[in-house]
Amino acid sequence: MLDIVGVGSLDELYSDVPEEIRFKKEYDLPEAMSEMEVRRFFEALGNENKRLVCFAGAGVYDHYTPAVVGRIVQRSEFLTSYTPYQAEISQGTLHYIFEYQSMMAELTSMDISNASMYDGSTATAEAMMMAVAAGKKCDTVLVSETVDKKVLTVVKTYAKFHGVNIVMVKENDGITYKADFQEKIAQKGVAGVIVQQPNRYGIVEDYAGYADAAHDNKALMIMNGVAADYAVLKTPAEWGADIAVGDGQSLGVPMMFGGPYVGYMCCTEKLIRKMPGRIVGMTEDSRGQRAFVLTLQAREQHIRRQKATSNICSNQSLMALFVTVYMAVMGKKGVKEAGELSYAGAHYMMDKLVETGHFKPTFQKPFFNEFCVEYDGDVDVLQKKFVDNGFLGGVKMGDHTIMFAVTEQRSKEEIDNLIKLI
Amino acid sequence: MAKVIEGLYYAESHEYVKVEGEFGYIGITDYAQNALGNIVYVDMPDTDDEVEAGEDFGAVESVKAASDLTSPVSGTVVEVNEALEDTPEIINQDAFANWIIKVELSDKTELDNLMDAAAYAEFCEKEAH
Amino acid sequence: MNNKLYGNLIFELSHPGRKGYSLPDNKFGDYEVPAEMRRENDAQLPECDEMTVVRHYTNHSGNNFGVDNGFYPLGSCTMKYNPAINEEIPGMADFRDIHPLQPVDTVKGCLDVCAGLRKALSEIAGLADFTLNPFAGAHGELTGLMVIRRYHESRGDEKRTKVIVPNSAHGTNPASAAVCGLEIVEVKSTADGVVDVDDLRGLLDDTIAAVMMTNPNTLGLFERNIPEIAKLVHECGALMYYDGANLNPMLGACRPGDMGFDVMHINLHKTFSTPHGGGGPGSGPVGVRKGLEQFLPDNEHDSTLSVSPYHGNFGVILKAYTYILSLGKEYIKYVGPLATLNANYIKESLKDVYELPIAGLCKHEFVFNGLADKSTGITTMDVAKRLLDYGYHAPTIYFPLLFHEAMMIEPTESESKVTIDGFIEVMRKIAEEAKNEPELLKSAPHNTPIGRVDDVLAAKHPVVTYKSMLND
Repeated sequence: MLDIVGVGSLDELYSDVPEEIRFKKEYDLPEAMSEMEVRRFFEALGNENKRLVCFAGAGVYDHYTPAVVGRIVQRSEFLTSYTPYQAEISQGTLHYIFEYQSMMAELTSMDISNASMYDGSTATAEAMMMAVAAGKKCDTVLVSETVDKKVLTVVKTYAKFHGVNIVMVKENDGITYKADFQEKIAQKGVAGVIVQQPNRYGIVEDYAGYADAAHDNKALMIMNGVAADYAVLKTPAEWGADIAVGDGQSLGVPMMFGGPYVGYMCCTEKLIRKMPGRIVGMTEDSRGQRAFVLTLQAREQHIRRQKATSNICSNQSLMALFVTVYMAVMGKKGVKEAGELSYAGAHYMMDKLVETGHFKPTFQKPFFNEFCVEYDGDVDVLQKKFVDNGFLGGVKMGDHTIMFAVTEQRSKEEIDNLIKLI
Repeated sequence: MAKVIEGLYYAESHEYVKVEGEFGYIGITDYAQNALGNIVYVDMPDTDDEVEAGEDFGAVESVKAASDLTSPVSGTVVEVNEALEDTPEIINQDAFANWIIKVELSDKTELDNLMDAAAYAEFCEKEAH
Repeated sequence: MNNKLYGNLIFELSHPGRKGYSLPDNKFGDYEVPAEMRRENDAQLPECDEMTVVRHYTNHSGNNFGVDNGFYPLGSCTMKYNPAINEEIPGMADFRDIHPLQPVDTVKGCLDVCAGLRKALSEIAGLADFTLNPFAGAHGELTGLMVIRRYHESRGDEKRTKVIVPNSAHGTNPASAAVCGLEIVEVKSTADGVVDVDDLRGLLDDTIAAVMMTNPNTLGLFERNIPEIAKLVHECGALMYYDGANLNPMLGACRPGDMGFDVMHINLHKTFSTPHGGGGPGSGPVGVRKGLEQFLPDNEHDSTLSVSPYHGNFGVILKAYTYILSLGKEYIKYVGPLATLNANYIKESLKDVYELPIAGLCKHEFVFNGLADKSTGITTMDVAKRLLDYGYHAPTIYFPLLFHEAMMIEPTESESKVTIDGFIEVMRKIAEEAKNEPELLKSAPHNTPIGRVDDVLAAKHPVVTYKSMLND
């Protein structure tokens, strides 16, 4: 091979690299490990982690993954392919993305879904930029204080650099303060408002009237939410949202210490050409068969370059497959039943906590599968006790406030055992 | 060879203006539609929107390309060509017959900055090489 | 596969009442979701038994082509082999079932993985530290540009609002800059395909925040003037950004930090063998030279900013670390040279039948400008589609934009001489067919599950959900 290339050594392949910047040393890296050693190395590291019975949420939920999901996503024809540019040999990927889009549109009852985005936080930031691009000469986006703080920091970071002015809508007793929203939405230059459902305290808010107020002021309503919850809860479209975004992790994706997850973005038909990210469409092939293809690409960075609606050039495809298979196997009834079980477990747990005499609800507001309670003792000491006994006992939200989440994976026995520790 | 029509005003960004009284019909030239290929979508402004000479007012998309529409003149949009919403391909069929927006011109002297048919034909000739 | 039997959408296989899941009974008592909280109608998801679901997706996977199916010379994407052990590690329950908000003393293993990978990447890049938070390459670019803006901001230098990118740059570069609120200035390339230093000199002033480059560039050519470019850029007060998309050939040969770059991202799904997953998840860690660490937006550096809530795509991070530990210091250094050898070997073996616009050594990839014989009327698209018939993935086509018939080929170090010789033989055969049977190419592919798709129809009349298909 060297002869055909016309060089005498591998080194000579780099003769065009100036000598002074060639790397001539040995990398300061560990020595190569055999497969067995690699496995043992990671097993040892894994032992340094502690697996806990999870009562925490705050955006990441311990839902069950049916066995069939893992089996499908490990199929290497899916796993080792790239973005489906060559439609003729990528129908597998294109087909499931079309199904994913269809399912997400069903779940949120919106018209359109894109092929997925990195995660819920960046999808929300993208929605913010989309609103600004769709609104003419508007540079302000309202965000409710009841939006998750981690999502908010990402949104604010994007806003800072993109030149978007973020104005916070105040919260009042755990929910968005409607009067403050109504006042701020009417101000000049507002492109949209971001709200969250269920909100950062787990409260299911009443957003009646929000979309109308936004639309009266030519602004868009963006609703961030936990995907799986919409199998039961009133949907973004039913609230009148123009853009629905959030994380799809709740659809059976493992917690995996924070990622990879999958951001979803759905919108009204009217906004389709403003939507960032990949979109798969149905068409025909030269033989007259139904076929799928990446479409509306003229919106995207590889064509529009700096004028694109976003710089995103991939989707979270494999994770989209993950939630597609999840929804396919759970089906219409299963996703709903999992949600209802989570609801029942969470409400049972709330009752049991209150019964101990040491807890009371932080808010007298409706919730789904996550809720805040006030503890009359030291939260840190209690949470440490939970961990020592194998439980991840909620997320600390304040000096005396803990937020617990319950999924269909939590049994009555587990809840009772946790309660006994109090 | 792309078609060029006498009597219209042309911009270097390949839009034309056909003037009728106080109004101008703005579209893309035959050369531009040919370069873009199959047009699948035209992003148009709303009526009553203001356009400014040299500023973008929309975009034309084909499958693998997108081109911003730059207004050659300033004025107020009084009509958009609604036929383009469902059948954008008519621009491919006849770019000059199928204008994109009708504008009430606010400054007719701006037309002096544009090319006539002969100058534009020459400009295209150069651009092709 | 049998398209008639298995070509359906999962929705079309749905039967009311079929069930593919099992859940425990409700033992909590009577807790009913109140009606006012509920959606009006159920989401119309399919109702299928488990076997139907398995057959459906298993058969559709057969309509896909991955690195595990065959040679995938997709330029700029580094489709190297993804070792099987990479997939097993994130499957370990001790990593998989960890909530990101667990107390620090219960996630020491995870944190060690992150620290270990950061250290390894810093060594390979010749930089001081990395953040693992960005989710993908484009996300890394955006993050890196944020770091650059923060750096200038910290010096009170507010007027640096422009980024210079070569006209051969990946489309994400200008798009990332625009998302970051920066303006784009393009620098020309010389006739031999590298950045025109004189043109660059003229563009550099006190409004330039950074110069974004990938080296080797998108033509696969090493930017040999990089020391001079870095010097000029630093003298004008701007920073050098390295787009790590083309890092693979640099392993064992040259480090971005040593070339004079200040900030970079790495695509773990390219250089460090994590699978592309049909378009993601990827991971795009961002590294910086000493003195810029405090601008990295994550909890350990600048916690006021954030591009992702936790630790990035931790599952992908595990896979990349597995790869680095498997190869170790002894073998990582061969990655670049072998990838470069494979690319040059293909280029030299085909340059008589395909037009090589820029001769000389390439790095991990190179660009042909279509067939050498232009009389046949056969386009790069035709060649790409015919390659599919022969069981190969097509190269990247019509990029970079510098050549009309661009065909960008990147074999990676994974491929053996036998595979590569097979590919060369097919490429030569296609060049012959172009002369003798042009129609065969124009109507290709013939042996794939579907023929060429009508993308005009798809864009003109978007049908993007099952619901809209039914209403159509």
